[in-house]
Amino acid sequence: MVTLADFLVLSAILFAISALGIFINRKNLIVLLMCVELMLLAVNTNFLAFSYFLGDLHGQIFVFFVLTVAAAESSIGLAIIVLLMRNRGSINVQDIHELNG
Amino acid sequence: MEFSTQELIPVLPEITLLVMASVVLLVDLFAPGKERVGTYTTSMLALALTALVSVYSYQGEQLVFAGHHQSDGLSLVLKLAMVIAVAVVFLYGRGYLAVRGLLNGEFFTLSLFGLLGMMIIASAGSLLSLYLGLETLSLSLYALVGFDRRSVASSEAAIKYFILGALASGVLLYGISILYGVTGTIQTAAMQMEIQAVLTSAGQYQMLLGLGVVFVVVGAAFKLGAAPFHMWLPDIYEGSPTAVTNYLGTASKLAAIALVLRLFADVLQPLIHQWQPMLMLLAVASLAVGNIIAIAQTNFKRMLAYSAISHMGFVLLGVLVGTGAGYSASLFYMITYAITGLAAFGLIMLLSRLGFEAENLVDFKGLAQRSPLMGLVVLLVMFSMAGVPPTVGFFAKLAVIDAVIEQGFAWIAVVAVLFSVIGAFYYLRVVKLVFFDGVEDPSPLVSSWDERFVLVLNGLFVLVLGLFPGKLLEICNQVFTGL
Repeated sequence: MVTLADFLVLSAILFAISALGIFINRKNLIVLLMCVELMLLAVNTNFLAFSYFLGDLHGQIFVFFVLTVAAAESSIGLAIIVLLMRNRGSINVQDIHELNG
Repeated sequence: MEFSTQELIPVLPEITLLVMASVVLLVDLFAPGKERVGTYTTSMLALALTALVSVYSYQGEQLVFAGHHQSDGLSLVLKLAMVIAVAVVFLYGRGYLAVRGLLNGEFFTLSLFGLLGMMIIASAGSLLSLYLGLETLSLSLYALVGFDRRSVASSEAAIKYFILGALASGVLLYGISILYGVTGTIQTAAMQMEIQAVLTSAGQYQMLLGLGVVFVVVGAAFKLGAAPFHMWLPDIYEGSPTAVTNYLGTASKLAAIALVLRLFADVLQPLIHQWQPMLMLLAVASLAVGNIIAIAQTNFKRMLAYSAISHMGFVLLGVLVGTGAGYSASLFYMITYAITGLAAFGLIMLLSRLGFEAENLVDFKGLAQRSPLMGLVVLLVMFSMAGVPPTVGFFAKLAVIDAVIEQGFAWIAVVAVLFSVIGAFYYLRVVKLVFFDGVEDPSPLVSSWDERFVLVLNGLFVLVLGLFPGKLLEICNQVFTGL
């Protein structure tokens, strides 16, 4: 029997992987984009698990909206990466140093 | 669930803006030209209509669309402030962008859709509409920051903003999902009651609630740009076109305070003992980081970014008090900061010309001799940001510190005042450059009459609001008297 705690642990692991990926990754921007998507999927797992075990539909409706937003977000992210590729000729994270932040 | 057309009335401002933004999209298609007169006029018309509809469709507190849309005093005040801020951004930005060949219709439509997102945040009745409003705003902002397609700095700022903004949304959403799991609802009012119930029942859920609060606080701090989650702010301010920086630094800050007030005052109020220490840490860190690092900046836009971080510290001080007086002080602070910030970024745009950005501090040398009126505006803006009476910044800081002391946090008030004194140094340095240094760049200032007129008006408004702050303070207080 899969319990609520199992789902929560799964989503926490997914969330940790994606957060670590964003902070540790020093190579490619596409991987960063994937990490952002994974983070939203971790949240979705959370919502679905809670929704199922609470017997409340709101969580599942929330997931639909989050999925839609994630699609829009990744399309904008890819557009910005294309822009960067045109201007710089590289999408390596190390090459982003025009602004010294 | 019953639905009556009456429910549409409180949503009319958003509907008007959505329709008008779509009209602007169409008009832009058929009215080309470098100056974009048609698009600009329609956008201004859209903003005027939205403001009018917001005022006249307001019928007191209402909760419609199954509780997802909430119309109350807070949403009305914030919506009006946002609409006016965006209108001023358009006014300053048009000439600046037109000279650089950047004045596309997208600037207007993306700003208007961003404004729609802000308005949805301002009247969010559930965490779902809060999140969707936030994303509508953020997605428009990512595109706006990368708006200058040929500039490397602009596209780098866009990718940085995108990654960190998406991370912040993810963290905030994770917190929201935990809150949903514990309370079983996404409506703000219902969630507040459920949290109260959980707190009194003393179960294992309190721990989980605490976890949710941590994520929500971190996500909100990212969006607000409070230290230690401020790393993105200076780069984005510097990299994006100044017209967009103006939008980011003023209008979207109003959305940030809407987000924070909706989250902490509406939903998490019963958990105040959990988030108060966290906000305290954020506020003190923001005050320290913002004011100290700003001293080392030579770029005016970066200096304003660090100054924004320190101002967010003050706003958080008002919020962490957790009383109606504190919230209204924060609201007042943010609105007056937005007014002052509009004038500051407007100055940069009016002083710039093709091929030259007046974004370094040395570009301000001897400005008072080149144009006494602009010198006066710099003086007023810098005094207001430093908190010198009789400008409005003084009363904003006074209101926040008053609320903080009232709740017995005297040491925080002392810290805030100390850091304000440190901050006064770099504001007054700009005043010194403008009034007491010789002119280095004698080229004439080119700007159209309406921009100069609005800039002077904007500067004088900072002074007049400082002389007569009573009305706005009273409005901000009335918003929270129900609390």
